[in-house]
This record gives sequence, C-alpha cells and structure tokens, in this order.
Amino acid sequence: MYDFEYLKPKALAEAASILAGDGDAKALAGGMTFIPVLKQRLNKPSKVVDLAALGLSGIKVSGETVEIGAMTTHATVAASADVKRAIPALAKLAGNIGDEAVRHRGTIGGSLANNDPSACYPAAVLAMGATIVTNKRRIEADNYFQGMFATALEQGEVITSVVFPVPAKAAYMKFANPASRYAMVGVFVAKGPKGTRVAVTGAGQNGVFRHKAMEEALAKNWSADAVAGVKTPADGLNSDIHASAEYRAHLVGVMAKRAVAAAG
Amino acid sequence: MNAPFEGIGASMKRKEDLRFISGHGHYVDDINRPGQLYAYIKRSDRAHAELRGIDTAAAKASAGVVAVYTSADLTGIGGLPCGWQIHNKDGSPMAEPAHPVLASGKVRHVGDPVAVVIAETKQQAKDAAEKLVVDYKDLPAVATVTDAVKPGAAQVHEGAAGNVCYDWEIGDKGAVDAAFAKAAKTVKLDLTNNRLIPNAMEPRAAIGEYDPTTGEHTLYTTSQNPHVIRLLMGAFVLQIPEHKLRVVAPDVGGGFGSKIYHYAEEAIVTWASGKLAQPVKWAAERNESFMSDAHGRDHVSTAELALAADGTFLALRVKTLCNMGAYLSTFAPAVPTYLYATLLAGVYKTPAIYAEVKAVFTNTVPVDAYRGAGRPEASFLLERLVDVAARDTGMDRVEIRRKNFIPKDAFPYQTPVALQYDSGDYVSTLDAAMKHADWAGFPARRAAAKAKGKLRGIGMSTYLEACGIAPSKVVGSLGARAGLYEVANIRVHPTGSVTVFTGTHSHGQGHETTMAQLVSDQLGVPFSQVEVVHGDTSKIPFGMGTYGSRSLAVGGSAMVKAMDKIITKGRKIAAHLLEAAVEDVEFKDGKFTVAGTDRSKTLSEIALTAYVPHNYPIEELEPGLDETAFYDPKNFTYPGGCHVCEVEIDAETGVVSVVNFTAVDDVGRVVNPMIVEGQVQGGVAQGIGQALLENAVYDQDGQLLSGSFMDYTMPRADNLPNIKVGTETTLCTHNPLGVKGCGEVGAIGSPPAVINAVVDALSDYGVRHLDMPASPQKIWSIIQGAPRMAAE
Amino acid sequence: MTRPEMAGPGKTAITLAVNGTSRQLELEPRTTLAEALRNTLGLTGTKIACNRGACSACTVWLNGQPVLSCMTLAIDAAGQEITTIEGLAHGEALHPVQDAFIEHDAMQCGFCTPGMVMSCAALLERNPHPDAEAVRDAIAGHYCRCGTYPHVVAATLAAAERKP
Repeated sequence: MYDFEYLKPKALAEAASILAGDGDAKALAGGMTFIPVLKQRLNKPSKVVDLAALGLSGIKVSGETVEIGAMTTHATVAASADVKRAIPALAKLAGNIGDEAVRHRGTIGGSLANNDPSACYPAAVLAMGATIVTNKRRIEADNYFQGMFATALEQGEVITSVVFPVPAKAAYMKFANPASRYAMVGVFVAKGPKGTRVAVTGAGQNGVFRHKAMEEALAKNWSADAVAGVKTPADGLNSDIHASAEYRAHLVGVMAKRAVAAAG
Repeated sequence: MNAPFEGIGASMKRKEDLRFISGHGHYVDDINRPGQLYAYIKRSDRAHAELRGIDTAAAKASAGVVAVYTSADLTGIGGLPCGWQIHNKDGSPMAEPAHPVLASGKVRHVGDPVAVVIAETKQQAKDAAEKLVVDYKDLPAVATVTDAVKPGAAQVHEGAAGNVCYDWEIGDKGAVDAAFAKAAKTVKLDLTNNRLIPNAMEPRAAIGEYDPTTGEHTLYTTSQNPHVIRLLMGAFVLQIPEHKLRVVAPDVGGGFGSKIYHYAEEAIVTWASGKLAQPVKWAAERNESFMSDAHGRDHVSTAELALAADGTFLALRVKTLCNMGAYLSTFAPAVPTYLYATLLAGVYKTPAIYAEVKAVFTNTVPVDAYRGAGRPEASFLLERLVDVAARDTGMDRVEIRRKNFIPKDAFPYQTPVALQYDSGDYVSTLDAAMKHADWAGFPARRAAAKAKGKLRGIGMSTYLEACGIAPSKVVGSLGARAGLYEVANIRVHPTGSVTVFTGTHSHGQGHETTMAQLVSDQLGVPFSQVEVVHGDTSKIPFGMGTYGSRSLAVGGSAMVKAMDKIITKGRKIAAHLLEAAVEDVEFKDGKFTVAGTDRSKTLSEIALTAYVPHNYPIEELEPGLDETAFYDPKNFTYPGGCHVCEVEIDAETGVVSVVNFTAVDDVGRVVNPMIVEGQVQGGVAQGIGQALLENAVYDQDGQLLSGSFMDYTMPRADNLPNIKVGTETTLCTHNPLGVKGCGEVGAIGSPPAVINAVVDALSDYGVRHLDMPASPQKIWSIIQGAPRMAAE
Repeated sequence: MTRPEMAGPGKTAITLAVNGTSRQLELEPRTTLAEALRNTLGLTGTKIACNRGACSACTVWLNGQPVLSCMTLAIDAAGQEITTIEGLAHGEALHPVQDAFIEHDAMQCGFCTPGMVMSCAALLERNPHPDAEAVRDAIAGHYCRCGTYPHVVAATLAAAERKP
C-alpha cells in the first residue's frame, strides 16, 4: 500500500470537512474491504480519515424502528438481543457476513458506503426500505444504491446511522460463493411498513436490486409457492467461473423461496 | 512400575507442538539477518510475449533501492535444472528447453520473473518495481493441453515441436489390442484430472547470506529437501561447491510437493547476497504463490477396459495428455509417467495394460508433484472406470472389485506395468471400510434423505499407491538424475542421550516425534532423551528430503541401519567390560547382557565408556558412539486401502455435502496412530477439496482466473465431515520396519470415492460420469439437462 | 500513551499495548498491525499467509475479540489491548486450548496454528460450551492446508470440557 496521512478526528464535522475539502481523502471504517484495496495499490489516498473516534456505534430500538450506528460491527449487530427481538433476520444476516474475525471489525456503515455488489447488508437495507442517515440528510434506500460500488453519497458525506423500519416478516437467504464466501446470490424478503419487498444481492451486474415480479407475487400471496412460480431472467446478472448468469437466476428463485418459507 | 510405553505403536504427543502452539515456530520469514535487504520480484503479467527490453533507470533511482537485476545481469549463471529425463517411444530424449532464472528473450507464463529489485525495505522494493518499464510484444498463448496439441497452436518453445515435451509409452500394446479384440465387453471413459494449486499456508520465502571472510554462502529456504537444493543450485545454477554452500530449511509451513523444487528465487537471493555482500530476503505474497509455485495434476485421458463375460478384467488401455506448464519443474517429467502409468494396475490382476502419455508445454505455471503426484490421477481414472464398468455391465460395484482383486496369497505380485507389489490384503481393508461405513445400512439412509428432499449417494475406491521412493538403480534406469536413498546419523552422547540427524525433512509430518519413538524403541532410550535434527546441510551428512511418503520407509530404515551399527559396536564394548565373548552379548531394552546371566551394561554406561575410553579395547575399536548409514530401498512400498464416501445433494442448488467419510488404509506398521490419523484426515481433506472445490482455471489467453483465495476454493472446516480413519496392516516385506507410508493415501484414495458417491446420488438422472470438481453449478447443470427419470 | 489524531505520511511514534506491555514504535501509517507485530516488535508467532483477510492466519485479539491483524492498521490499534499467541499462556501454564491442541494432535505444519488457537480460545470466552458446529463456524475463516480441522474441533471441545 502507498503511504498516506492518517487522521482520526473526534468530531463528525471535522471528519466531514476533511473529506469534503480533499477529493483524494478516503474514510476508513472497519477496513475489511478498504485495506485490501489499498494493499493492491488500486487506490492512492492522500489522507485516510479513520471514523473510529466519532462515537458512531450503537443500537437504538424503538417500537417501530431499529437504528444502527454506522460504526457498529457485524458481530455487535449479530449478538444484539434487541436486534434479535425486533428484526431477527437482520441479526442473522450480520452473523453470517464473512467470518468471526471479519465480523469484529467490519461495520454496517462501511459496507453500505462501499456497496460491494456481493455484500449482504445492501439487500437488507433495500428490502426493508431502510433510511441511510448521513451528516447532511436522510436518504431512502431506493435512492441510495446507484450501481456497483456507487451510492448517493456525495464528497464529504458520512453515514452516521441506518434506520430500519421493523417489518412484520423478514428473512435473508444467502448462497455463498464457495471461495470468497461473499453472496453469490443473496435474497432478502420483507413485509412491513414499506410494503412487500424483495432485494437481491450478489447476482446483479449493477449491484443490489429489487425484484419487482416477486414483490407483486408476494403482495398478492405471501407464500413460498408464490415466488417459486416467478422466473428470474438471466439478463443483467453476473457470470463468472463459479456461476453463470443462468445459474444465478435459478438461485435467486431458490433463495427467495427459502427466505419466504423462513420468514413464516 | 513399568515405564510408560512410548515406542513404536504409541500415540505420543508431538515434540514439535510446544513451539508451534506458543508462537515460537521458526519459519524462514521469521528470520531476519543483520543488514538484511529485501528483494521484490517483478513478474510477467502476460502469458506469452517477447521481452524486448526493460528500462530500469527510474527503479534504480527510487528511494532505498540498492540494485535492480534483469537476465542481462545474471552472466555465468545456469538455468534451473530438471532432475528427470523421460525418453520418447522412439528412444529419443524428451524436449528439455532452457529454464532461465530470470526470463530471457520471452516470457512464457503469467508470473514468469522478469526482474528483481533489491532495496532497504520491502515497501521500497515494491515501490521501485512499479517504476520498471517492461517492453513486451504479445504473442498468442496456449493454456490447455487440448489446445496445445492442435495444429497451428502457439509454440511455447522453439525446441519442442507441436508443444510436445515427450510422447511415452509403457506396457504391451500387442497383448492389450489382442485382448480387446476378443473381449466380451469393453468400457470406455473420457475424463480429466483437474489442475490444482498447492497453496501451503506458508508462502515460499528465501534469505541469501554471504560471508566474504570464509566465502561461504548460506541459503535459508522453505524447502522439503535442503540437500537437493544445495546440489541443484550449487552444481547447476551458481557453481558454488558444496563446502561453501549451506542450505537451511527450518520449520516449513506445509509443502505438499510444492516445496520440493528448486525455484528461481533461491538462486536470486543467494547470488545477489554474494554480489552485494549483504543478506537478501524474499518472501512471496500469496498472489505470487498462485502464479509461481508449481501446480499439480492437469490430465486429460481416455481409458478403456476389456472384460470377460463374467466381469473379469482382461486388459486396460489408457491415453493421457498431461500439462508440464511453461518450463520443466524439477521432477515434472516423472510424475505422469513413473508415478502415474505404473500405477494403472491398481489392486487388480488385469493381465495386460498399455498406456501412452504425451506431455505438453503450455503458457501456464510449471506443473509438478502435488500430494500424491501421479497416483491420484491413476486412482481416479481406474476407480472411476471400474465403477462405470460395473454400471455398464450391470454388475455390483463391490463384487466387480472383489472378483478382480489381486489375492493376498499372490504376493510378491508382478504387474504388467513394471512394479512388483510386496504385500497387501485388499479384501481386509474393503471389508473393514464397508463395516465402519455401514455400507449395508445405506439404503435406509438414502430413503431417509429422499424423504427430506435430498439425493444421497455412496461410493468407494479401492486404491493402491507406490511410495517410499525409491530404489536408486531402478529410478536411474528410468531417467532419474539422482539417487533416492536416505541418510541417518545417530549420535549417542556420553551420558546416553541421543541426537538423530536425518536427511528427511519435517514440514507437518511430525518426524521429530515419530522418529524419536523409533529410536527410543530400538535403543531402549527414553523418548525424552532423543532429539531429531533435520533441515540443515551443515549438520546433516546428506539426504534426499521428504516427499512421496518416503521419510519413515527410507529415512527410518536408514536410522535402523545406523542403530544396528551402534548396537554392533556397543556389543563389542560391552563384551570387553563384561569380559565375555562378543557373540554372547545380547542387546535388548537398552541393555547389553551376557546371555543367560544377569550381567549387563546399559547403553548409557557403554556410551560413557566409548567417550571416556580408559577401560576400552582401544587397539581394535575407535572411541565414540556415533554412526552414519545410507539406506537405499529395495523396492517401492505399496500402501492401499478402501475409502467410502457418502454424500447428500441439494437438488435445487446442486450443493454436494460430504456427510460421512471412512478411510481404512494399510500403511504397514504404524509408529504413532494419532499422527497417522491426522495425516490421513489431512490427505482426505485435500482429496475432498480436489473432488468438490478446487480448480485452477486459465482463460484462453493464459490469464489465471482462479488466482486468489477469492476465486480458488480450498476446503474449510465446515466443508468436511468428521473423517473416520482405520488401519488394517500387512507389513512391507523389504524394509526393516515393515512400514509403507501414510502421507499421501488420503489424497490418493478419496477423490474417486467422492465422485463415485456423487454419481451414485445422481443415478436417477442417468449420470454416468462427471469430472472434478463437482461444483454446485456443474451438478445443477446436470440435473437441469437430465431427462427426469425420477418421476417426481 | 501515543494515540495520534494526525500522523504521516512517514514514520510516526505510536504506542501499542501488547500482551500487557506498553511498546513504543515508529511506524508509517500504512503499516498493518501484523507487520508491526512481526517486523517491529519481533512477535513472529502471528503469521501472514494471504495478507488479504481470506485465511485468518494473522488472527490476534483486540480488546479480547478475534480480529485479522493483516487487515487492521497498527495505528488504529493504538489504545486497544492487543493479545497475540505469545501472550495467551499464563507464564509456563498454557491456555487450555493450547494444551488440548497438543493432546489431540490439532496441528501439523504449525503455520495456521497460532491464528487458529486465538479463534478457538476466543470462542470459549464467548461460548464456554460450544458444540462441534459452533467450533466449525468459529474457525470457518481459517485455512489449514494440512487439513487438521477434525482434530481442531475435537481439541476445542475437549478444552471446553476441561475449563471450569
């Protein structure tokens, strides 16, 4: 990795101002994808702004929402009794990201800011219609994800938390890439305040997407059989040495069916 | 109270574990020498290109850089040698193109080293390497064996027409053709053996150091065989005589074959440290391991079996294309010939066998021995073919095996493909494996699985391998350019403790324990009083290293021979002290006793006398108790056994789960059952990896698509079941310990067992064969494409 | 205690609390915790095998939690309690997981072992009585090419039995 200037500000405004003032400055959250990128010398930041001292971790559960601080680790979400009670599917998703050690460093904010097309969290955010809260504004999930590694975040904008409306039913099923264990196909289904929604990660060439046909089917009839009858076109899906677009399309159906069954 | 049993047959805890478990293992990259510089290797990112020039000026001017070398700087340095010469069918020698230390004129695979940057820190070396400007002219590349032999294929080497390294044969073609002509049934199968990447957890590393006051070079390297490296690098590459070249292989974090070979980086750091008079360290990054450690397997074959009407095997015909990669690695030519085709008889009394093997060059990383080396390719081909033969002829797959086994009273058994098996009992391992695996109870388990929507299958392999390599005269006649004996030096110290110096090398096998048990057992010295030393050419007289499950069979036998010399000398000393005739002195349990009396001397008393020879037959006998032996084996050893695998397939996703695995092996005498169990489980893990997960994939342009852990799948804890291990023993008849070897059996026996189980699980879909790895996508495609024979 | 809020590029003084001892170092910000431990502090028990977070060989504890030291900047670890394999034993007395690994032959070449032990010991801290599946899950991030997994699982379960 190239050397850089390291900053660990204690105030959000300061962090945001550094990032806003220097387009080559990069934010560091848990580092689980950013550090490998730096090691491959794919990125040459002038400054690395460590967000660890901003007090952005923590979980708040009200009757209708679960708010998770951006720097909350996957392990914390997975182990949270509050999250398990309010949105068990979210705790379970967090507990299956990467491996144990990765979960102790990786954060929800880092995952969403990076928007890796095979990450798990984007599926939960999109399917539940969560709100991304930044230092500047609140961004609805439908407006946030803008393609592979692309988001609505502007320069100098830092995610501070994510607010999930508590769904009546939700579940996530992941078919992990056998090697990397990232989602080769991950499907999150939810029925809640934001409607009946299905989000697919790992499969699409443009990252996470909503599966409208399945949503319609489930809105009419929330059952595994309802999604089993929906065919997913292979167009626009990823193809690699582990899975063709056709196989991914098939897995979307299987994972969706199993997710609906698990959601009850 | 009896002393605790700690000899042959005891599950002693490993001596090496305390340092590993506490973080005090001593691996090459843990070593730092005063004034050490760091080397970074610039590697080709092209599969095949003319190397028209390298502009080093900016790199040389970069901060901290001490030197930048390209092939033009390596004057007077030889290429990397190949240790085995195969001859073509017509008797002419194989094509053996030069293998330069740094690419010269052309690059031939992604990862081919083109330059080395040496700097004060690793980061500086890497920073500078980015400033090297390499002028390539791309050439068409060829990555697979089938493409390499097509007319008009890109030529990897000028001296290898049609990319052929050799076109070799073994066996009696006439007899085989005749048997096929009159056979009641014939069975034919096309199959590939997938290419694998060894990926020992410790990346390769090397440190060169030069002492100008003595002229001595030292190389610390991640090697399975330091003396072999000293010989190859000293004699063929750098022209440094043995007495001025010390090679140290300290703790080594796994080898699996990939650390046998002499690699360019070893020569580079040794040469550069001499030139710069400063130590130079190189440590591979994982991506370099993927593109520079020798890969394994990569065969494409056609196999045909001729059978009599009752299922008796009459003849076997095999045609194999195998990949050598871009250059010949140290042992590469031997793997698909003498470690593969000679194994095609397996455990069966097939009377006629003929095999043709064509080895070809491609624009890929060199391919050489990887755990099992040739024998997994043979066992996969044969054990798949036998299952297919059973299926095609409607016979039971267990009965067809039993019918054709070499019976236990037929040993020594001469196969039609050169080897002579010394011992075995294939029925005993088959019966034991079927019992432990509850083969008989499988139909109920299949039905239970079906009830929950899963496809369950069971499969077996009854395999054989040849290891304990190897008799020097035999391998010499087959093209080896080295002997394959082993060396032991046993030093009984004045107080009776013992140091054993072995030419083998332990990198996970637990030799420090097993060999200490062996010496403890034979000399009657407490286990705690025996120390095993390996991995340093300045301490050990000589040795050929560890591979081919040879360390105990060959290295252990050398120890027995050296201990025999110790005992012979000890009896003379004891006879003198006890005033008895030498022939009346017996040695047992660490004591020299005059037969029929209670007059005795312990080994430590004899040792003390030998080193303080006041009352000593000094006229006839030298002082000291220190003996060296070279042992050249009389034959290979022949472990074999039966592996049974049970799988469940999720038909919706294609995911195969191994739910039960049972291995019952005949590894000869077992010295440490706990270690044997671990070795077998480890081999099975790699075998399951090959069968279900692992695949080195190149695209048509020679780019490695599976070049990192993000895309190359190795078995993890949750991919494996608990692996049940059992042993049934027949003793090796030609070495003094009766041992056969256990390091590779798991990787040799398991892949066909897994695939046979997968095919069995898919029996409702009309599947006859599938190649490895049985990935989810492959299984799903088969199920999608299959006629729905299972009406569900 | 040096916990820089601004540092680099170039070497900066930082303090790391390693195995209960405060250590002063001069490091570039780009230095990972694994590199600092191995190359600067000489604690070579922590291994680097993939350097990308895919094999877990470099696992150490940060404030008692297993993390990947190759994926953590050393400077980011300042102010946290770092425990490495060298600090797991209490003097001569090995941690129960270390003892059980020896008892059950849970290592072969030893290279992945320090990281594996750190993960298994951490598991028993958060779940004193795991079943085999929980152990497999806790070590699912680790590659052991020697294939010692069955013995690692057995050893960890045995250590749990032995722990009071």
